[in-house]
Amino acid sequence: MSDRTREDAALGGAGYRTPDARGYYGPYGGRFVPETVMPALEELERVFDDALTDDAFLEQFGSLLADYVGRPTPLYRARRLAEAVGLGAVWLKREDLAHTGAHKINNTIGQCLLARRMGKPRVIAETGAGQHGVATATAAALLGLECAVFMGSEDIRRQSLNVYKSRLLGAEVVPVEEGARTLAEAVTATLRHWTERVEDTFYVLGSALGPHPYPRVVREFQSVIGRELLAQFDEHGIGTPDAVCACVGGGSNAIGTFHPIVTGLGEGERPLLVGAEAAGEGLDGRHGASLAKGEPGVMHGFMSYLLQDERGNPIEAHSISAGLDYPGIGPEHAYLHDLGLVRYEPVTDEEALVAFELLCRGEGIIPALESSHALALLPRLAVELGSDAVVVLTLSGRGDKDVDIVREAGLGGG
Amino acid sequence: MAAEGLQRAFRHDRPALVTYLMTGYPDRETSLASVRAAARAGADLIELGVPYGDPLADGKTIRGAGWHALFRGVGLADALELARDFIAAEDDSPPVALMTYYNPMLRMGLDRVAEVAREAGVGGFIVPDLPVDAADEWLAASEGLDTVFLAAPTSTPERLRMVGERSSGFVYCVSALGVTGVRDGIAPGLTALVERVRAATELPVAVGFGIGTPEAAALVGSVADGVIVGSAIVARQDDPDDVERFVASLRGALG
Repeated sequence: MSDRTREDAALGGAGYRTPDARGYYGPYGGRFVPETVMPALEELERVFDDALTDDAFLEQFGSLLADYVGRPTPLYRARRLAEAVGLGAVWLKREDLAHTGAHKINNTIGQCLLARRMGKPRVIAETGAGQHGVATATAAALLGLECAVFMGSEDIRRQSLNVYKSRLLGAEVVPVEEGARTLAEAVTATLRHWTERVEDTFYVLGSALGPHPYPRVVREFQSVIGRELLAQFDEHGIGTPDAVCACVGGGSNAIGTFHPIVTGLGEGERPLLVGAEAAGEGLDGRHGASLAKGEPGVMHGFMSYLLQDERGNPIEAHSISAGLDYPGIGPEHAYLHDLGLVRYEPVTDEEALVAFELLCRGEGIIPALESSHALALLPRLAVELGSDAVVVLTLSGRGDKDVDIVREAGLGGG
Repeated sequence: MAAEGLQRAFRHDRPALVTYLMTGYPDRETSLASVRAAARAGADLIELGVPYGDPLADGKTIRGAGWHALFRGVGLADALELARDFIAAEDDSPPVALMTYYNPMLRMGLDRVAEVAREAGVGGFIVPDLPVDAADEWLAASEGLDTVFLAAPTSTPERLRMVGERSSGFVYCVSALGVTGVRDGIAPGLTALVERVRAATELPVAVGFGIGTPEAAALVGSVADGVIVGSAIVARQDDPDDVERFVASLRGALG
């Protein structure tokens, strides 16, 4: 990419256009997969472009989001939380109130509609926390598709509720017994399975990562979050908040939040955008902070910042939150990071647990541990922006699935 | 074409035998002994696997051997060294290709990988997660080395043409959907697939994935220019004598 293009992109607004025709976000993204699935990716790209200009498709997607998912999700002013962290106002974008309890459903309904459009009777998905597995099983049940969910056996142990839910919804849950037995291995196993069944199977990828066009597909389906936010800023008389934040594993709720703001608002009218990545036990211990500690590399079909050893092998990530337990990050986040359009900060397990408890007791909302990482940014933002600052936060999901983990960590009196 | 180009393996008037072995499995010395055993038994081309932590295109056998070597710290640099030691000690070594995923190459630096490979006498590279249209940087860096791209049953005519045009050495035709590993029989439609690939290239066409017995090798050899056997050899790699007997039986089946 030319310096000029990069300079334009760095300003945000209309100059920011990604990805390019080959699926790159600056130097990141692309398509690094076995030849067997390349034609399926090319086909997906064509069908997706076609769907985006098809009014009937958009209408069906929109009405399912409204009547089935329950969109738009509310933007709720959390007064006691704001007071507790020392900010002027905190507004929560309540993705936890979407059907199935997280933002994941926005994407799975979109992709399952694409699967039907491509005539594929069967869908597969990887899952970490199990939210994407449940959301895929849900959309598959809704649209009459056969469904298999790949999940690391360690995550199956940590997230038994979502495993059971997926099965209730008619999905097969396939345990993955490789490596650390978490999200990274589940992605690989799903890609591998896809190369065997690519002719009748659609891969519903859950985060804004993987080979092109997936990061763009997921971004477009999740951008409903950011578009609703821009309208809700006006409805609630917020104007432009001082900051907008979200948690980032692969980064789907964050890209859905940030992208419409980056492209819709020019420099000077944009709030500070902050993503929270998992610092696990701390950056000197085991963690999942690929931007803070990773280096560019290729994994799971795309180029991005990656936690890797000196021989180029991915390093096992760690986070108390299964959804952030991933050694890479979506390619567009890597690019937004390099351009300085979004700031990414590491948040430890311990900070996330404190924020988790604060929201439970302060607002009567049990947040997902993933979302708790974003909540943990609030006290820092209060110090940086002052006690009058207005901060908007995407609460990506609810925390029912995490109760066993937080109980183990000693919250709520054990 | 590289001086030690991979195409040299296809100069006989019988199908070439391409044997895949995993670097460092079960240890460095034994894997080198197995490579030598395969060459003695008549392998026409040695494909040397590189252990990697995210083996997207491999089935259970090769993955297992790869993990084993990976945990002992084996990587791309070791595979290049092993290739060098093997080639240097043979009077007339068969050509050697490295089969590695892309990230270890990026990590070492593409220019450096190419330089060390040329010095070692390596003939070329097969990179299963580097599709033909994502390979510009590597092709620019790898002068003097062959790069073998993969053709799959799902490849469109347009993609096959690209694979045929940009490959050097030979074209690797994936016999069936899925990952590496022994399967029963040969895939239906293989003859038609090989014909489609042949129409897209002037290079020899070798078929791999799923071939595990002399009988299967003979069947595939009746339609292709080369037969690639991996998992069935790796499964015997802890015993170089076993590798030698097995490769000799494969070679016998190809005439």
